Amino acid sequence: MDNLNIRQSEFPAQSATEHQGPLAPAAPLQLREHIIEVISDSGEGAQKCGQSFASIAAKMGNGIWTVEIIPAEIEPPPRSIAGASGNRIRIGSHRVTNGGDEADLAVAFNEQVLRGRLQAGALRRGGIILLENKWRFHRDPDIVAAYTSTYDEVIRDGYRVYEIPMEQICFQYTSNPALGKNMFVLGMLSAIYSMDLKLGRQQVAFTFRTKSEDVVDRNVQLLEAGYTWARESLDLGFKIPGSRTKKTQLVMNGNTALALGIMASGMEVCAMYPITPATSAAHYLSEIFEHVDGIVHQAEDEIAACAFAIGASYAGKCAVTITSGPGMSLKQELIGLAAMAEVPLVVINVQRGGPSTGQPTKVEQGDLLQAIFGAHGDAPRVVLAAANIEDCFYLAITARHIAETFNLPVVLLSDANLATAQQLFVRPQPKQEWYAVASDQTEIPKGEQPYEWDDRTGLRRRFIPGQPGGMHTLTGLAHDRASRVAYDPEINEEGIRYRSRKLASFQKTLATPTVYGDPSGDLLIVGWGSTKGVIEEAVDRARADGSAVSSLHLTYLQPMASGIGEILKRFAQVMTVEISWSDSLDDAFVSVDNRRYSNLAWLLRARYLMDVDCWSEVKGQPLKPGSVVQIIRRKLETGRPHV
Amino acid sequence: MSDFIDRLSTSVADLDEDAYILHDYEGAVSRWCHGCGDNAILAALQKLCAEEQLPPEKTVFVSGIGCASRLPHYMGTYGFHGLHGRALPVAEGIKIKRPDLHVFVNTGDGDCCAIGAGHWLHAVRYNMNMTVLLHDNRVYGLTKNQVSPTSPQGLVTNTTPRGSSLQPLNALAATLGMSNISFVAQAVDWLPGVLYDIIHQAFRHRGLSFVSILQRCPHYLPGHFDQYIKNPDRIRLLSHPDGLDPDAPYMHRFPSREAHDPSNLDRARELAAVSERLSVGILYRDDAVPCYEDLYRREKHLPIEAKMAALEREFDRFTVLPEG
Repeated sequence: MDNLNIRQSEFPAQSATEHQGPLAPAAPLQLREHIIEVISDSGEGAQKCGQSFASIAAKMGNGIWTVEIIPAEIEPPPRSIAGASGNRIRIGSHRVTNGGDEADLAVAFNEQVLRGRLQAGALRRGGIILLENKWRFHRDPDIVAAYTSTYDEVIRDGYRVYEIPMEQICFQYTSNPALGKNMFVLGMLSAIYSMDLKLGRQQVAFTFRTKSEDVVDRNVQLLEAGYTWARESLDLGFKIPGSRTKKTQLVMNGNTALALGIMASGMEVCAMYPITPATSAAHYLSEIFEHVDGIVHQAEDEIAACAFAIGASYAGKCAVTITSGPGMSLKQELIGLAAMAEVPLVVINVQRGGPSTGQPTKVEQGDLLQAIFGAHGDAPRVVLAAANIEDCFYLAITARHIAETFNLPVVLLSDANLATAQQLFVRPQPKQEWYAVASDQTEIPKGEQPYEWDDRTGLRRRFIPGQPGGMHTLTGLAHDRASRVAYDPEINEEGIRYRSRKLASFQKTLATPTVYGDPSGDLLIVGWGSTKGVIEEAVDRARADGSAVSSLHLTYLQPMASGIGEILKRFAQVMTVEISWSDSLDDAFVSVDNRRYSNLAWLLRARYLMDVDCWSEVKGQPLKPGSVVQIIRRKLETGRPHV
Repeated sequence: MSDFIDRLSTSVADLDEDAYILHDYEGAVSRWCHGCGDNAILAALQKLCAEEQLPPEKTVFVSGIGCASRLPHYMGTYGFHGLHGRALPVAEGIKIKRPDLHVFVNTGDGDCCAIGAGHWLHAVRYNMNMTVLLHDNRVYGLTKNQVSPTSPQGLVTNTTPRGSSLQPLNALAATLGMSNISFVAQAVDWLPGVLYDIIHQAFRHRGLSFVSILQRCPHYLPGHFDQYIKNPDRIRLLSHPDGLDPDAPYMHRFPSREAHDPSNLDRARELAAVSERLSVGILYRDDAVPCYEDLYRREKHLPIEAKMAALEREFDRFTVLPEG
């Protein structure tokens, strides 16, 4: 034990922090919020540690938002900058709606993954770093040199670094510290942030519920060891007071919420093909779906998955297929079939970076236009997007309801950020109507045809196999009201008109979205999807500085609700903020004649005939509220959002 | 056959209004060319439905795109005429949702063996209870004379003006090489009695029955099958108590008969290989192969309350308890 070698860098005077130490553990510093990152090589358990810590914080009454830090490879080489794997956890006294700006405290299992995060600009200058120090004593002099040079660098740059012999301490409890270090860190963080150790024990028991009692016990020991060690050896102590809500809350990530939403929607068939980042929703759904008579079918490809879902929908209740960008592209021909033949279908696209294979594990919002327009011919469908974890749950239910009421495909967009981000929401109350009755099998009256479009709404009663008197052949060819292949040009146009009409009639059911902030002003930021929390936080900060800025979030992207044009007109400038590509007018050759806009900006410009500007980036990272504040300021000062 | 006519006439005589007659299975008038083999397949299927008294509302014919895929329109049942190559996964979706429906798939050689080839081998492997009929006319008809994967080498078409260079794909041999096969047969459109008996056995088999049907295209490949039509000796008719009835009235017309036990996979593969004679009959069957829907879909028809309770149990796993 004599070579434990706990070294703490001198706290540099020039790094001004809100929580200057040293702090006695007995009197933790009260904070409004903190951002913590736990990072390791892939497989060392930093993600499990971060998720568990977030759950404990949630149980303490804190608002939380987590962001997974995922390397693209399953087993990237150890100790590599690109291999950083882990979790960012933003904890607040208040509701937290996004991952925030730079982290205040980072726990790193080696200095290379730390470098990766520093290069990504993820850590706040002057922030706290808890660093595994075993590398300082490594046999390989290159590793020692790499470690010490990084250490010296971060000290020089003003970080407050604690070197911690994590593995060495863990050896006292386990012969394989690589498998237990994460729970030691969980204990350490619990102590630093004044969490209830009892909740930590419960969390460990839950995390390892499928493992033996020995495994649970050993991990609880490691947790307690980390807790005790931090209390005795670190001068760090924070308290982020929680606020107890009266309502019971759930904590989960977006893909889990999607799976539960599908389970709650009454849908019974989910067909999918493995694709990142959508697949984890199907993993969880595969585990639970049979409890509601459901089945997850892993098809031979994305096209087959969509065809399978359409077949199931045609034969009864609406079915769902879940995918990510490339799979969405492959399904488009079948989405067109569902639109043409008026078969209800829910398609969930957990967007990732594109085009092509792009950035499979990274966030992007580049699929909006393909969700709306991505099939040949006129293939109307409804498109809606989840803004947060709660939306992932409820919109899956809504999507089925729309698909079955209007007999068309509904695309629900999520993204890689929501897929793995954990957040709290009020525990839903299951409703009978979510599980709408089984397929109609009553006899079709003589003379009634399968496409008797209502002249006003375009709606028609769907005939389902098993209904006597309803026999017809559904076809993707142009067809008349009897579903006969149409050779008459008038008939083709009639069908297209009514299928389009359904979107107009559906649009009449939508409420005008409400403006966040004042109803008029100098600038309106319009966004959709997972950026809602970031944009609203940025608007709050900019308004606190006196800027007349508001924001508008759109859940329904196709069709859009009435009244949006009027809202836009009440602002001097309108700009979308999105995670997709857009040209900057400051770039070479780019002018108003050829500028390519981000997805939503195209739509708003086309519909509302306004000079809607856009700011977007495609760095594969969630937006930071601090960056959006700067964009807002620049736009207000110069009329342009770019540097 | 006569048995069937007896039954029909009996039902008419008894004025049994509940019995279905051939007319119940007729849809639109076919637009296939005169002499097209698809007409024979349509006739066999309508007869099968009547013979088996399949309720038209409980029967679905699923197809892709191509001449063969027009067949559902000509039936009086439900039909799903979808996308090129995608009939099989649609049919699987229907079957998983509704095991009570009788599902047939009509697919052409382009639909099944080219654009939809991936689905073909997986559908066979899933072994869902449905009858798959490959209408193999060895040429693209609807798009007007292009080479098909099953076209003979040297065939001149609009896309192979100097003759096709590739060996044809042997759909029958390919299917017999797939995993989890449960019923594989070959029929020809110009022998209606044999065609009917094979389709009938395919329908009666529980699992995916794959029937390759050589089908004449009088427009683009006139006379292509004449070598077999004009010379029945070139057809090796397979019979067995578990296959085509050795005492069937048509048997004596084929000198090259073979008693083939459909449980003999090795021999089935030899019979499917290209040779002097064309094998017609039930090549392989295994009634013990489990169906995908039986393995994966254990529907319990739970009441809504049970489903809501299951959801609540999942919520419990993620609940943040408001404890002191």
